[in-house]
Amino acid sequence: MTYLAKPKLHHPDLPANSLGFTRRDYEGTISTLCAGCGHDSISAAIVQACWELAIEPHRVAKLSGIGCSSKTPTYFLDKSHGFNSVHGRMPSVLTGANLANRHLIYLGVSGDGDSASIGLGQFAHSMRRGVNMTYIVENNGVYGLTKGQFSATADRGSKSKRGAVNSEEGIDLVCLALQLGATYVARSFSGDKAQLVPLIKGALSHHGAAFIDVISPCVAFNNHEGSTRSYDYVRHHNEAVNALDVITVHREITTAYEPGTLQEVRQHDGSVIRLRKLDGDYDSSSRISAMSHVQTRYAKGEIVTGLLYIEPDAEDLHASLGTVDRPLNELGEPELCPGSAALAKFNASLR
Amino acid sequence: MPMKLEAVNDFVIKFANVNGSGSASANTLFAKAIMRMGVPVSPRNIFPSNIQGLPTWYEVRVSEAGWLGRRGGADLMVAMNPQTWEKDVVEIEPGGYLFYDSTKPLHTDKFRSDVTVLAMPLTEICNATYSDPRQRQLFKNIIYVGALAALLDMDIAEVEKLVAEQYKGKEKLLEPNLKALHLGRDYALAHLPCPLGITVKRSDKVGDKVFLEGNSATALGAVYGGATVCAWYPITPSSSVAEAFARHCRKFRTDAATGKNNFAIVQAEDELASIGMVIGAAWNGARAFTCTSGPGVSLMTEFIGLAYFAEIPSVIVNVQRAGPSTGMPTRTQQADILSCAYASHGDTRHVLLFPADPKEAFEMTADALDLADRLQTPVFVMTDLDIGMNERLCDPLEWDDSRTYDRGKVLTHDDLESGKRFGRYLDVDDDGITYRTYPGTHPKRGSFFTRGTSRDRYARYTEEGSAYVDNMQRLLRKFETAKQYVPAPVLHESPTPARHGVIYYGSTACAMEEALADLELEGVPLDALRVRAFPFQDSVIDFAKAYDHVFVVEQNRDGQLRTLLINEGVLDPAQISSIAHYDGTPITARFIRSEIEERLAAFNVRPLRRSAAAGER
Repeated sequence: MTYLAKPKLHHPDLPANSLGFTRRDYEGTISTLCAGCGHDSISAAIVQACWELAIEPHRVAKLSGIGCSSKTPTYFLDKSHGFNSVHGRMPSVLTGANLANRHLIYLGVSGDGDSASIGLGQFAHSMRRGVNMTYIVENNGVYGLTKGQFSATADRGSKSKRGAVNSEEGIDLVCLALQLGATYVARSFSGDKAQLVPLIKGALSHHGAAFIDVISPCVAFNNHEGSTRSYDYVRHHNEAVNALDVITVHREITTAYEPGTLQEVRQHDGSVIRLRKLDGDYDSSSRISAMSHVQTRYAKGEIVTGLLYIEPDAEDLHASLGTVDRPLNELGEPELCPGSAALAKFNASLR
Repeated sequence: MPMKLEAVNDFVIKFANVNGSGSASANTLFAKAIMRMGVPVSPRNIFPSNIQGLPTWYEVRVSEAGWLGRRGGADLMVAMNPQTWEKDVVEIEPGGYLFYDSTKPLHTDKFRSDVTVLAMPLTEICNATYSDPRQRQLFKNIIYVGALAALLDMDIAEVEKLVAEQYKGKEKLLEPNLKALHLGRDYALAHLPCPLGITVKRSDKVGDKVFLEGNSATALGAVYGGATVCAWYPITPSSSVAEAFARHCRKFRTDAATGKNNFAIVQAEDELASIGMVIGAAWNGARAFTCTSGPGVSLMTEFIGLAYFAEIPSVIVNVQRAGPSTGMPTRTQQADILSCAYASHGDTRHVLLFPADPKEAFEMTADALDLADRLQTPVFVMTDLDIGMNERLCDPLEWDDSRTYDRGKVLTHDDLESGKRFGRYLDVDDDGITYRTYPGTHPKRGSFFTRGTSRDRYARYTEEGSAYVDNMQRLLRKFETAKQYVPAPVLHESPTPARHGVIYYGSTACAMEEALADLELEGVPLDALRVRAFPFQDSVIDFAKAYDHVFVVEQNRDGQLRTLLINEGVLDPAQISSIAHYDGTPITARFIRSEIEERLAAFNVRPLRRSAAAGER
């Protein structure tokens, strides 16, 4: 067997969410990634976020490209339809899927090779189109499946496991997403579940293109001295701009918070994102200052994490295309076929 | 005085223009007026890959007999482009006519002695009448249409009516156009030998036929076939498919109550993304298509392999042009047969449909959407520039209102709820086609993982050799099943017994049918089969085996359909030869006829012995 199913043992006391699902209902098969891989932590965070949001697992469509990161959709949400497409081309497949049925929740999972190299074009265009999705890049700065080549997000000057120094400039996907019009942009660290889970929850609740860049160290090829994607490096250089909490529409929204310390953002679906600023001057409602902040800190060697930008009332691709509310895949002959009478008129116009 | 060609409703007029000079609408007006007089007409655009300045031609074949292919040669040349003068003059048939702008008189050695020259000072007339430079340019075209109407004895009322229709609601433009038309006509009647030996006489041979571009018909086929998602990337000669789809959708697919769209059209960033979107949409249960040409298919092949292996319906309209590489972007060919039949790495086979005219382009595009869903595989609609970007006369489009969309084997919520066993790649019906579910159908059952990597019958990733072989064998079974769903070939049997056969397909049909009729008259009987799809039905292979020799007429250098026939039908290559026309212009009946006659003459001189021929291979 080249896949590993999970044993179907359930702890009887596993807590259930409002739909009656336990966390196990959001899991997938056993991961075949290396022990300690950051990607597995991200999968766990996705499971946790979906469980906490009480999303019906089958209403999620999970799509990926090719690579270590793109294997991960097998490891969560096994009641969801999954799609492991071709290298770097997940965004177009997701866009098409979204066009066909706007009512599902779309989760795209990609890697730094997948999104920043071969798929940079599709990444960029899915952001600028405002496809309603959560796009997670599991970013380790290295090609794992092909054993250790630098990816396009590797920082200039960082060292490979074999000691080679990266001479090319790294691509910052967060800055790209900000510039390209993504309406929910965040960065996090696979080792910081407390930050990552609410970020994923916020993204899943967001209506529009939500992008999360998750630094996810590769234990096999990029977790050594000289790497800027290692666990140690990210821990020491992390600068979180805010802490957040997502209150879903399903729960009662309370208003008890102290003015000045919290920033509340009500999203399209009614959920509320509560942002507690860790850095007094950080403003997550400004695209330009977010870019500036990320780049200023990068120059100092710091990795900025948190919810960097949010536009709560964003419009998605369906709004710009003016499509009907009903999923296109549900339309039948009455809506789609003009019939023979219309064709007779068309013929008459051609004589 | 040269001998003058004489013919009623049977001649070829060619307009030599400069790209961007506004001649297209005047030339179309001319062709359409002839159609309105009840005379079958077949116009062709021969144009450069350029916006302005380079030479462009518009060739109009007038044929009472209804032949719509290119004939070759020109009986009347409207030579409006000094750059191509030499070439254009040579092309005129002996006894033909040459119409030109004589504002700057040309030396006598610029003309042929066997051609009647019709000189008209077009620029002079325009400059005297109009002060605006653009008007001087544009009305020159309308003026020559007026002159031609007189020269060919056409019914000017039909031309006027068309102008009136064209400028309905734009009365400001109507008057000056009519004025230009009359300027031309009056000048011709006064100064030129009207009518010429070639004339148009009102007839009744058009009947209820319609006059439309293949790409518009293809797009309408996508509307009628229920496509809701179109993702495309601009490329000549296919862009007007997407543009026409948008136009037809705005007309037919807007929700009356909300004004919202029952469709989504995305101009993607490249061909890779456009086919990706088609695959994503079709995976999620929408009918989706893309339109492209050869270079686009090259870019899409990785994804096409995924769609084949992961078994996702996808419709690709390939409006073929001349390759390889950028080739001749605005010239026609049928040169993507092999690259589409076997697109992508690994062992693949794809369904191809070969429409012959706009009507079939309409039908086959609608059919392709059904076939893709039925077979869960990519389906190519193989049109070409000749069909796509020319207005053609064809039978009216038809639609059977009782037709329902074939969504193929899709399990619904209720199917899953009733406990039906679901394995995404289980061959339950033994036809190679498995059942699928759309994402989001059922909370507990029916979900599966789609991938381009090998998997078992339950869609679980595996690299087990036996599972891989099992899957690949099933895909072959499915391709075999496809034969029963694809359009059957059309047989043209000679009234007299024939020793030799001809196979042809797609846009070659109109020239081929004329060539067959001519050959029959000359005592050369041939049975002919028009292939309409790949996989080939058994009748195609049986036909290919039934004759001493079979010609495959096609518009590419290497005889691609011939190769496909030999490969798929396991045929003797010596028994099948290719008649190939690939200079980028549409094949002519003259070419086919002379090639076949030459080959048959050679057979008679040196009887084809199988052993000898086999040795020549």
